Amino acid sequence: MSAHAGPVHHAEAPKGWIRHYIFSVDHKIIGTQYILLGLSAVTIGMILSLIMRTHLVWPNAHIWGFANGIVSPEDYLRVVTMHGTLMVFFVLTTVPQSGFGNYFLPIQIGAPDMAFPRINMLSFWFTFLAMIVLLSSAFVPGGASISGWTSYAPLSAVGEVAGPGLGMGQTLWVVSIALFCGASLMSALNFLGTTIDLRAKGLSLMRMPLTVWGWFITACLALLAFGVLLAACVLLLLDRLAATSFFIPANLDVSGVLLHHGGGSPLLWQHLFWFFGHPEVYIAILPGMGIISHVLSTFSRKPVFGYKAMVYSLTAIGFLSFTVWGHHMFISGMNPFSALAFSIITLVIGVPSAIKTFNWLGTLWGGRIHFTAAMLFAIGFVSLFVTGGLSGIFLAQPALDLYLHDTYYVIGHFHLIMGVAAIFAMFAATYYWFPKMFGHHMSETLGKVHFWCTFVGVYCIFMPMHYLGYAGDPRRYASIESVNYLIPLHPVHYFISIAAFFTASAQLLFYWNFFWSIKHGKPAERNPWHGTTLEWSVSTPVPHDNFAGHYPTIYRGPYEYSVPGMRDDYVPQDLAPELVAKA
Amino acid sequence: MDTLAGSAWDGGVAPFATNTKKLGMWLFLLSDSLTFSTAILAYAYVRLSSANWPRPFEFSPAVVNATFLTFILLSSSLTMVMAVAAAHRDEIRKAVIYIILTAIGGIAFVVLHLMEWFRLFAEGVTPWSNHYVVNGQPGDPLFGGTFFGLTGLHMLHVSIGVIYLCIIAYGFGRRKFNADHVEVSGLYWHFVDLVWMFIFPMVYLMSVNLKG
Repeated sequence: MSAHAGPVHHAEAPKGWIRHYIFSVDHKIIGTQYILLGLSAVTIGMILSLIMRTHLVWPNAHIWGFANGIVSPEDYLRVVTMHGTLMVFFVLTTVPQSGFGNYFLPIQIGAPDMAFPRINMLSFWFTFLAMIVLLSSAFVPGGASISGWTSYAPLSAVGEVAGPGLGMGQTLWVVSIALFCGASLMSALNFLGTTIDLRAKGLSLMRMPLTVWGWFITACLALLAFGVLLAACVLLLLDRLAATSFFIPANLDVSGVLLHHGGGSPLLWQHLFWFFGHPEVYIAILPGMGIISHVLSTFSRKPVFGYKAMVYSLTAIGFLSFTVWGHHMFISGMNPFSALAFSIITLVIGVPSAIKTFNWLGTLWGGRIHFTAAMLFAIGFVSLFVTGGLSGIFLAQPALDLYLHDTYYVIGHFHLIMGVAAIFAMFAATYYWFPKMFGHHMSETLGKVHFWCTFVGVYCIFMPMHYLGYAGDPRRYASIESVNYLIPLHPVHYFISIAAFFTASAQLLFYWNFFWSIKHGKPAERNPWHGTTLEWSVSTPVPHDNFAGHYPTIYRGPYEYSVPGMRDDYVPQDLAPELVAKA
Repeated sequence: MDTLAGSAWDGGVAPFATNTKKLGMWLFLLSDSLTFSTAILAYAYVRLSSANWPRPFEFSPAVVNATFLTFILLSSSLTMVMAVAAAHRDEIRKAVIYIILTAIGGIAFVVLHLMEWFRLFAEGVTPWSNHYVVNGQPGDPLFGGTFFGLTGLHMLHVSIGVIYLCIIAYGFGRRKFNADHVEVSGLYWHFVDLVWMFIFPMVYLMSVNLKG
């Protein structure tokens, strides 16, 4: 056994402002940078969703920034694409893993920093560059891509002939995602190296907080999935720039133009994309599952129910996520036997997911529940996970999916389980860790109002979408008035748009609460929630090397709440046994 | 306090008994192998679904050239092994010379490979078309796409490897890097060599013209 091979680390923080706050190698600064990047991405993404909802019910409304103030059908698709890409890559993938993970993983395992601090900095700046490239695609001739966040070939591969935005805009989209792949790969190997090598003495795998498990499994998925997407992006770029035809079939006629390509297969893109795309769903949600377990346990003052089952189900979900990509392709012309196999494996994911849900409920059962804002969002997560998960069981049936695919039913499903659930996990994480990150509390009252408005709001937005899907309303249509059978559904769309505006305005409370509390919130003590894990043992603000030179030894598991015979209802992981106060 | 079994995974030590840099390189190689697998899988997918895939390569010059490229790359792996061994014995001069020899092998590989590319371009084989006739039809244009795509991705890795080795040689010669750095760069180099061992049969040998 070799000795602790620590990262390149200096006990003193760098003096210069730029080295300290901009090109920093400190995981806490980088985590904060990721969170702020995600916050700007989510803001743009949310405004884009409001533009969509406005255009659907008030098609003649003048909207600033569009030609003549009118959103054309192509503009609508541009907005859909930009919304999806920003939200999936730069919010859901970035904030729970790279943001909160970067900040708290090294602290929770007792390490001074990530294993590769410079690579950590590099992955943030790659992500930043990727977002700049993506946003700049809106300003090139032809505008941003219109091919959706999945960029299905052949339209994404053939260039401008297929429509506006499929020229330069689409190329920039592919470049942006390729850069993002590089950033995510570097970040994933950093997380894995850190978790494997830098755990404090006594922190065995089964003593790691579930947050660490969530980040660890997510990093495994990212390491294996983003390499595939990177190769797919390279092939797509070759199709676009070197005139190859990996994804373009022979004799393709686009808008009356016969293309001189041949031999490729659009289905190949779908296979490669979804081989990445399905694990990506879990890359977005697994860190959230870890955070939720952590928060539920703290505020129930109880150990997580079935800790080992939680770890094993997390691992099982991670493994299964690589075997179900075909369920996105049921209507793409798939052999029914393959569809059956993909369907069954997809349904099997319900088992570990149910184990997690029951264990969350088991953690709450009989606890002394503190309804803080973080706790409310955690409970809200469990609710959304169940609701969104149940519609997933419907979509996993090929026979039902034939009808529901590409309708609003799918929009409702994945927004609840992947989008909003992950966002709720981020909110829970923000309210929970804010006192440690900034030394001040966020306002609990505002937080609770924010929760109830958001919770009611998102259900009002996404539940009616299931009904729209049953009624056969296809997704990505820029107009509901040009199709006869959709006209009676107009009131439902109207209701959804109102709910969307209501929910979006409730987020202003969050912005205010967040930025105001950084300086003016109630000052926070070291361990305001009486938590047991290491981030609550270090002082606030957290020292540059996290532990000010005194690296902890771990004596027990992460969730020792309400242990019988103890004076306090929590026993920190690093408290020496002889110091634990008996009742 | 729970008693721990005392395994290497109980925290405080690196469980794989090696430095974190090497672990990081292994993890990178794992993800990079998936990137290559994806490209190779795409090649298999389009080739299997094609009715007019050309098999143009003659014994000379294509196979002879590719065999020579293989020889160069394998030799450079050998010099890399010697470099790592010398580095661990702390023979700095010797190690640096072997690393530079390895890099020269890499440069020779890239130059010879590029010469072959240009020979094919001159013949009319491009990423988007070729002049071959298969079963009375024009040859599948993806022949060039997959050939230049796969070998290009590999050539990019070799070129990055050459730059990487030069940095390592410079740093090790000036004692800024230690033997572990040399060993980690060796892992990368052997991986690039290994990938070629897949590309050589799949791209060259499987496209040999058997009809003469």
